Amino acid sequence: MAEPILFVLMALGSLAGAVTVVAARNPVYSAMGLLGTLFSVAVLYVLQLAHFVAAVQVIVYAGAVLTLFLFVIMLIGVDTSEDWDEKLPYQRAFVGGLAGLIALFAGALTLFGNFEWVPAATGTNLDSTNGTIHAIAELLFTDWVLAFEATALLLTIAAAGAIALAHYRRGQT
Amino acid sequence: MIVEAGLYMALAAALFLVGAFGLLLRRNALVMFMCIELMLNAVNLTLISAGRALNDLSGQVAVFFILVVAAAEVVVGLAIIVAIFRRRATASVDDLSELRG
Amino acid sequence: MNEVIWLIIALPFLGAVFLHFFGRYIKEPWSGWLASGAVSASFLVALVAAIPFFQGGEHGSTVLLWEWMPAIGASLEMLWDPLAAFMTLIVTGVGALIHVFAIGYMHGDERFSRFFTYLNLFVASMLTLVLAGNYAMLFLGWELVGLCSYLLIGFWFVRPSAASAAKKAFIVNRIGDFGFLIALMLIFAAFGTLSYAGVFERAGAELTAGMATAIALLLFVGAAGKSAQIPLYVWLPDAMEGPTPVSALIHAATMVTAGIYLIARSAAIFELSPTAQTIVATIGALTALWAATIAVSQRDIKKVLAYSTISQLGYMVLAVGTTAYVAGLFHLMTHAFFKALLFLGAGSVIHAMSGEQDMNKMGGLFSKMRVTGITMGVATIAIAGIPPLGGFWSKDEILASVFERGGWFSFLWIIGLVTALITGFYMARLFMLIFLGKPRWEGGVDPHESPRVMTVPLIVLAVLSTVGGLTNTPIRLTLESFLEPSFELISLQHPPENVWTLVVVALLSVLAGAAGIFAAWLSYRRPPEDWQRFENRLQPIWGIWEDAYGVDDVYGRVLVAPGQKAAEATAFGFDVPFVDGAVNGIARVVRGIGAWVRPLQTGYVRNYGALVLAGAVVVVIWLVAGGA
Repeated sequence: MAEPILFVLMALGSLAGAVTVVAARNPVYSAMGLLGTLFSVAVLYVLQLAHFVAAVQVIVYAGAVLTLFLFVIMLIGVDTSEDWDEKLPYQRAFVGGLAGLIALFAGALTLFGNFEWVPAATGTNLDSTNGTIHAIAELLFTDWVLAFEATALLLTIAAAGAIALAHYRRGQT
Repeated sequence: MIVEAGLYMALAAALFLVGAFGLLLRRNALVMFMCIELMLNAVNLTLISAGRALNDLSGQVAVFFILVVAAAEVVVGLAIIVAIFRRRATASVDDLSELRG
Repeated sequence: MNEVIWLIIALPFLGAVFLHFFGRYIKEPWSGWLASGAVSASFLVALVAAIPFFQGGEHGSTVLLWEWMPAIGASLEMLWDPLAAFMTLIVTGVGALIHVFAIGYMHGDERFSRFFTYLNLFVASMLTLVLAGNYAMLFLGWELVGLCSYLLIGFWFVRPSAASAAKKAFIVNRIGDFGFLIALMLIFAAFGTLSYAGVFERAGAELTAGMATAIALLLFVGAAGKSAQIPLYVWLPDAMEGPTPVSALIHAATMVTAGIYLIARSAAIFELSPTAQTIVATIGALTALWAATIAVSQRDIKKVLAYSTISQLGYMVLAVGTTAYVAGLFHLMTHAFFKALLFLGAGSVIHAMSGEQDMNKMGGLFSKMRVTGITMGVATIAIAGIPPLGGFWSKDEILASVFERGGWFSFLWIIGLVTALITGFYMARLFMLIFLGKPRWEGGVDPHESPRVMTVPLIVLAVLSTVGGLTNTPIRLTLESFLEPSFELISLQHPPENVWTLVVVALLSVLAGAAGIFAAWLSYRRPPEDWQRFENRLQPIWGIWEDAYGVDDVYGRVLVAPGQKAAEATAFGFDVPFVDGAVNGIARVVRGIGAWVRPLQTGYVRNYGALVLAGAVVVVIWLVAGGA
């Protein structure tokens, strides 16, 4: 019973956040919109019994990545003077056309397409031990251990790279 | 009552499109980056839904990895933006068009 | 002995290679001595290797160096037989003397070492030609000497006339080579191989008279190119642009004799075609007369000698055409001696006169240049055919053999006699204008005798001219027995058996030569002003002779100008618009397409992103709509 209601609420929330990201003038407002979307999506994860991932989403994405965004906005300065007229000649027209094409396609699909909504799995497998740290860890350290180690390496490299890129040298503006 | 996975995926598609159009229409580099994050989140949602539909935990593991990699990507990307900003005092992507043919 | 035969070619070749790379580091005159040493060493090796032939009866052998193209019978093989030994000794012997002379003549030239590189390369090429064991290797040497001739004639290439003369020599030679190549193809078609062994032994049995005539005449076309016979002689007078040692070596003693050698070597084929023999002999006789008349009126020393060479080559061709091969080769040898001597002497005179070559500006040089004067006098007597000097024996043997042949050849004998008279005349004229009478040179010229490095070769050649003729007198046919093994399957034409006929014929040729000398003495012992009157009395024929019958002019108008027009039409009328146009057109199309597509690269990330998204959407639609 709770699921559809939560779904609708969170869906609206995430869409609202997304539109804010795109449409807000102030980048800080965009960041806030992103925050909203991230939270909503996290709740949607919980609804689908992906508890661990939801937690990681909130901690890493909302907690670290978004904070990073805000720091950089602070560094660069809030640029409210980004004007709204488009300098690139055909961009808006092109994007508008593309949007129309997609809308057409979606409409055609809904009306004339023979499809079925993908059903969620039912049955006793869907117990709450799925999606726990335990279960995911088991997979991570057996089947996916190589990818795990590689991403660990990736993180290290990314951190080192970022420091190298953005290092402030005396005398630089 | 269970919401069908397909609806989640439809929502994800919508989020993805919003992110894509935002990427094409905004000029501020930071906002463009945030739109990329939106798209990534949409994909994550799709994956979780698919994992639920197929009763396979690999969906969540995949999302886990995507999360990590996205974080790394953001780190590097923001460092680049900062470096560019230091050189040119602009955060607008349209000013970086030296590679025109 | 056979193991070291290859040294004969290798020594001068290595000399050339060495001087090519290191010549600039060697000061003159050492590069000249090195080159002379290489050729002299070659001479010594040849001499030692020829000892079996001196003893007589030895047939010679083939030495295989490398299997080049066995399918057509062409390997790098050397045939060492009396004929080859004979030619080798002449080439290396006279060549060595000329190398030494050149050390003095080219003194001070800034490309001194380069000159000797080319000279050595030439000797190596000529030896390749002469020592070849098959027609392919002969042709290789043939072409190489043509190349060296080009390089040496155009040695002072900054002079436009020298560069043109070099080109002319090479191109006219090529025309002869065309005939030669067709002959080679016919030989291959008839025998399936190009090697001497394969061809000569089977020639008698397998060749039809028609085929033999065709091959022989085509070989003669090649010989006419190299040995300056009508109609391909026009390059030789122009070749005098090269330094005098070059004229002596290449255009008197060696390269021009390659044609004679070719015919002598191919005697087995000529045997089978009396028609070809007649044609060859006739052209030889006509060339001899034609060139002698031109030589009478020339004012430049070297031009006189050039036409004289053409004339004497005509004698040799006449001889081999009459199948008197030994006589022809004998004259080749004596001619090498006295013509080289004449050219080197002329070089000595030119050197003394600081480059002056016009005989009207010389005179009275005998007292200043004793050695040169005496040696050139010896050469003059030799070439006029006065006994007991070399030229008499060889020229007389030719004329006697032609007389003996009879028939049409009697007419050719008369032409030969007349030519001998004219030869005596122009050579005596040459000698008198240069050495006798009162000095006529202008101020600033200080004639003096040349240094020893130049006069010693002159003396050696003078001695050879004197005694060289004694190698084949009717009393003792040494040369003939030497060359016998090379011609044992050929029936040679000999002079008359009857002693009295022989003496009468000989007397006639001596008288002809002496008469010529006497006529020259009568005309030119008078003071210079009288000469003009004498020459005027002979107009207009004197003018025609001086103009060399206008042959170059005719060739220019009939052959060269249309050829040039054709070349221009092809180059500018076809190549530039169509071929270049096509290639350039393609480039233009590509550039056009590029320019049309380039606006897609705006440099804006957002444009690119839009395109990416559009592509993705299209793919998705396609997949969903059933394309998958």
